[in-house]
Amino acid sequence: MALLTKKDASLITDPLADNNPITIQVLGICSALAITAELKASIVMAVAVMFVLGLGNVVISLMRNVIPSKIRIIVQLIVVATLVIVVDQVLKAFAYELSKTLSVFVGLIITNCIIMGRFEAFALANGPWKSFLDGIGNSLGYGVILIIVGFFRELLGSGTLLGYKVLGDPIAKTGLYATGYENNGFMIIPPAALIVVGIIIWVQRSRNPALVEDN
Amino acid sequence: MSDKKLTFKKRLHILKHHYRGKKMAPAFNALHTFLFAPDETTHSGSHVRAADDLKRTMNTVIMALVPVLLFSMFNAGYQHFSAINGFPQEFSLMNDFLTWDNFWIGIIKVLPLVVVSYGVGLLVEFIFAVIKGHEVEEGYLVTGMLVPLIVPIDTPLWMLAVAVVFGVVIGKEVFGGTGMNILNPALTIRAFLFFAYPTWMSGDKVWVYEAVERAGGPDAISGETILGYLAQNKGAEMSYSVSDMFFGFIPGSVGETSAFLILLGGLFLIFSKIASWRIMLSAVIGSLVMGLIFNGVVDAGWIGETSKFYGLMSFDFWQHLIVGGLAFGIVYMATDPVTGAQTNRGKWFYGFFIGFLSVMIRVFNPAYPEGVFLAILLMNVFAPTIDHYVVRGNVKRRMKRLKNATILPKDSAGKANELHAETV
Repeated sequence: MALLTKKDASLITDPLADNNPITIQVLGICSALAITAELKASIVMAVAVMFVLGLGNVVISLMRNVIPSKIRIIVQLIVVATLVIVVDQVLKAFAYELSKTLSVFVGLIITNCIIMGRFEAFALANGPWKSFLDGIGNSLGYGVILIIVGFFRELLGSGTLLGYKVLGDPIAKTGLYATGYENNGFMIIPPAALIVVGIIIWVQRSRNPALVEDN
Repeated sequence: MSDKKLTFKKRLHILKHHYRGKKMAPAFNALHTFLFAPDETTHSGSHVRAADDLKRTMNTVIMALVPVLLFSMFNAGYQHFSAINGFPQEFSLMNDFLTWDNFWIGIIKVLPLVVVSYGVGLLVEFIFAVIKGHEVEEGYLVTGMLVPLIVPIDTPLWMLAVAVVFGVVIGKEVFGGTGMNILNPALTIRAFLFFAYPTWMSGDKVWVYEAVERAGGPDAISGETILGYLAQNKGAEMSYSVSDMFFGFIPGSVGETSAFLILLGGLFLIFSKIASWRIMLSAVIGSLVMGLIFNGVVDAGWIGETSKFYGLMSFDFWQHLIVGGLAFGIVYMATDPVTGAQTNRGKWFYGFFIGFLSVMIRVFNPAYPEGVFLAILLMNVFAPTIDHYVVRGNVKRRMKRLKNATILPKDSAGKANELHAETV
């Protein structure tokens, strides 16, 4: 790629797989459990985090030489809070129903460990372009897991994808439901997300044994 | 006798040597040892010859479960026909209960549950054994028998299959297989079914064969469980006597109804020293204590007849033991040696809280008037913690004894510290 050097590209691709914020660093689990019952909410959450983390990383990176290190956490929080409020207001204005589904979790992006983690670990020590790529990469890695989990939970739990009844109508008993199939209520409740994330971690580590920690 | 003709056994032995070291070896060996004793013995070294190996332990539990299974097959038909024709006025065991008609319902409804449970569960075990390259473990033999006995009779077979795959993989194999699991696999399967398909696990339809199909029609039947009646404060409408409850002529999960046969099975397990009498006894005590507390609350007048808890709270404390799955859970599930407490003192705590919490959840659970499986799973999680504190307590007591001991001629404190460093 001409646009990105190899090193820059790895900033984006690494968090997608072998340095995934959720499955490897085990950050941002709370929101992954809370909002993945529907695919749509997962996608919106992924986009929101991408916006906040991408821009936030750039802002922090630009200010990195002027932030007194004693109050850097406060400065970071203000940056995140500002961006999160922008996201929250946009959602409330243009997608009110969805903002109700996501409810408190948009606000809780502020406390998402991934965001503070990337600010601390990357943006404070690197230039704005690299920080931007890092932010995009990590939020993509976060989003991919969210979307995978959301896909399985919505498909198995509600029989829909993005609200479309892909498996047929459970009340009129059409499609798959005509055979006696039923939605799995377990997939709707948050513990199911924990198990799906666990299975993803299991699959990933058995495909790449280098990721397995020593005891 | 001609040696040229190969017997089935010989063929298997030859095949076994053929498969040695290959990927499929564990799967084949499991089949082989299941049918015959292995043809080879160790030639050197000394061996502990204990008769109660894992396979025999499992078989003993299965033997204790067989009467329950047979009873449940008759009861399946008995409940079905009684729901249609009404309960017989004068009950006779031979004419009303032990009939071919009743048994036939059992064959077409209960046996498929057993077959699916074993088929799917053992398939998963075989697959994992082949992938991991170890021998197939016997752990599923008991689980596979327990699972059909703790589900409602109308559970669709595909749901059972999904739940068994989930329970064996997530409940057991991810932790490392038989002996490494934290939660009882059979109860994991039950819990999965309960949370995934709640409409098939509760209500007044699923406990009696055909009640679901007939629902809404002119010939609708229902088979509300006793706990179901009580949870709706309709205890007066119940037509079951205490002896019905004790001997098990009541609707409920397939094998949980007969407290009498479960009691016999429990005694058998205690005398064969397979299951822990401490756990069983303390669980019974725990449930009685909780039942007495609830009865006391009602007697004190703190709960009126209009309260939604009145039905279950005013239920005689000892009758909690003979309805629902409490007896079955205490005898066959709480005593699982892998997931239960290991220390003798720990077993008392572990069992007590199982009984105590079972009755508590049973009364307070808003959606479903039963809580045995939740209580046992919860205590499974706490069992290692209980054991930890029992062991620490032992260490502490012995340390004290050591410090006060006079037999050590000099510097007993120094010796004690040394020992302390070793044990901590």
